[in-house]
Amino acid sequence: MNETYELRTAESHIEVHKFRAGSILGTLVIIFFLQAFLPIYFHKLAILDLPLLITIYFGLSRRNPSTGLLLGMAIGLAQDSLSGPTVPIGLYGIAKTIIGFLASSVGARLDTEHPAARFALTIVFFGLHQGILVVERRILLAQPEVWFTVQLAIAALVNAVVGVFLFTVLDRLRKPS
Amino acid sequence: MVGVPSRHKSIFLLAAMVLLQILLLAVQIKSDSQGRLIRVWTVGAISPFERAGSYGIGGVRGTWVHYFALQNTSRENADLRHENDRLKLEVTQLQSRVAEAARLETLLNFRQAHQQVPMLGARVIGASADSASRTIYLDRGEHDGILKNMGVITPDGIVGKVIETFSNASQVLLLTDKDSGVGAMLATSRIQSPVGGTGEPRLEMKYVANDDKVEVGESVVTSGMDRIFPPDLAVGTVVEIKSGNPFKTIRVQPAANLERLEEVIVLTTLQPLILKHDSSDAASGANGKSPSAAADAAKVQANKSAADQPAIDKPKSPVTHQ
Repeated sequence: MNETYELRTAESHIEVHKFRAGSILGTLVIIFFLQAFLPIYFHKLAILDLPLLITIYFGLSRRNPSTGLLLGMAIGLAQDSLSGPTVPIGLYGIAKTIIGFLASSVGARLDTEHPAARFALTIVFFGLHQGILVVERRILLAQPEVWFTVQLAIAALVNAVVGVFLFTVLDRLRKPS
Repeated sequence: MVGVPSRHKSIFLLAAMVLLQILLLAVQIKSDSQGRLIRVWTVGAISPFERAGSYGIGGVRGTWVHYFALQNTSRENADLRHENDRLKLEVTQLQSRVAEAARLETLLNFRQAHQQVPMLGARVIGASADSASRTIYLDRGEHDGILKNMGVITPDGIVGKVIETFSNASQVLLLTDKDSGVGAMLATSRIQSPVGGTGEPRLEMKYVANDDKVEVGESVVTSGMDRIFPPDLAVGTVVEIKSGNPFKTIRVQPAANLERLEEVIVLTTLQPLILKHDSSDAASGANGKSPSAAADAAKVQANKSAADQPAIDKPKSPVTHQ
């Protein structure tokens, strides 16, 4: 499991990327540190959902749905744990489990290396993630939650832009093919 | 998963994991538990990094703002610049100490005005990982005597209450959170009504009847009815009033700057605090003076058990401020 290999199908072959030892765990610790720490000094950065971006990135890169959904679940549960009392354990866990699964499934079928593709996919996954959260809050928690606000649209765009740059940085953690 | 095609395994796994978490949610709703064990593990893993980051970035920020950012202003003469920078760095260090001393003096003054209220200084080391909830993490925890439901304030006004404690950290629910609330009253008319968070920077004062007279700019102070905060601590200022049915909608700007908290005070008692007014204090409150001034001037008497608590401590280590 330490080398880069290719997933071959009848129509195409897509590279599956492996990462340096400890890089995923290290990235998660840094991301959660930044997620909790940056808003103290830069309040507007609370709009970023770095755990979601990481879920999308590793899902798209690893291209293994089982790994993607388990990683998404771990990230989501950690985010739940670090959030306040209005966030029960499992709220973000479910959303990111599904996003991790979908990102891995999409990554296994499409070439997601181009920045434009990453930008578009991040917006789609952000919207989907928000949709899942709204469904969970409305149905499972019986809490009122709006489907769409202008702020969410702005957040999707900002996260997509940040995601493109973040993904480029994270590409350096890949093992060379 | 014997007999299950491999391409379907991940779908089964997805369904199982989602189902598991739905059950986890259901258990929490039913038992009102908040998954404390998972939170303890996660916070225990992350809080050391937040603590180190808080101190590290504070130092880097101070050095950057006061040293490197000033380099462009002194390029004419390299020798003088070098000398100037060295002196500036020294001045910066001194300024940081002065700023810190000023902050601590403010805390100390506040402490002296409330001699018998047990308090503990704490540093903010992290915020919520979720933008929907408004919480912060402090560098003080169970080892420092912090317990759930203790009040958290600054000299400007109240901040929130402790909702979770860990060995060396604690989580505070800010007043602006949707689930937050405090017993409050209008400083002039003494009309009592709870003030709650809305998830936005401003608070909302509820249950003030349309017939009651409220002015924009009027101060809102704690009533002490929540048995967490002593009476007459500043909550905020009325900034918007709308008539409603049957109650007014009153927006309140918090007195404490909840968007930029660095150091706070934890009221380290769960006993209700009683504020003892003398006649001049009562008069000043009635005459509409600022609630924080009235509160600072007032003497707070805690009960007997609270009186044995330690005096206010410094936050655990100094921070460089610009």
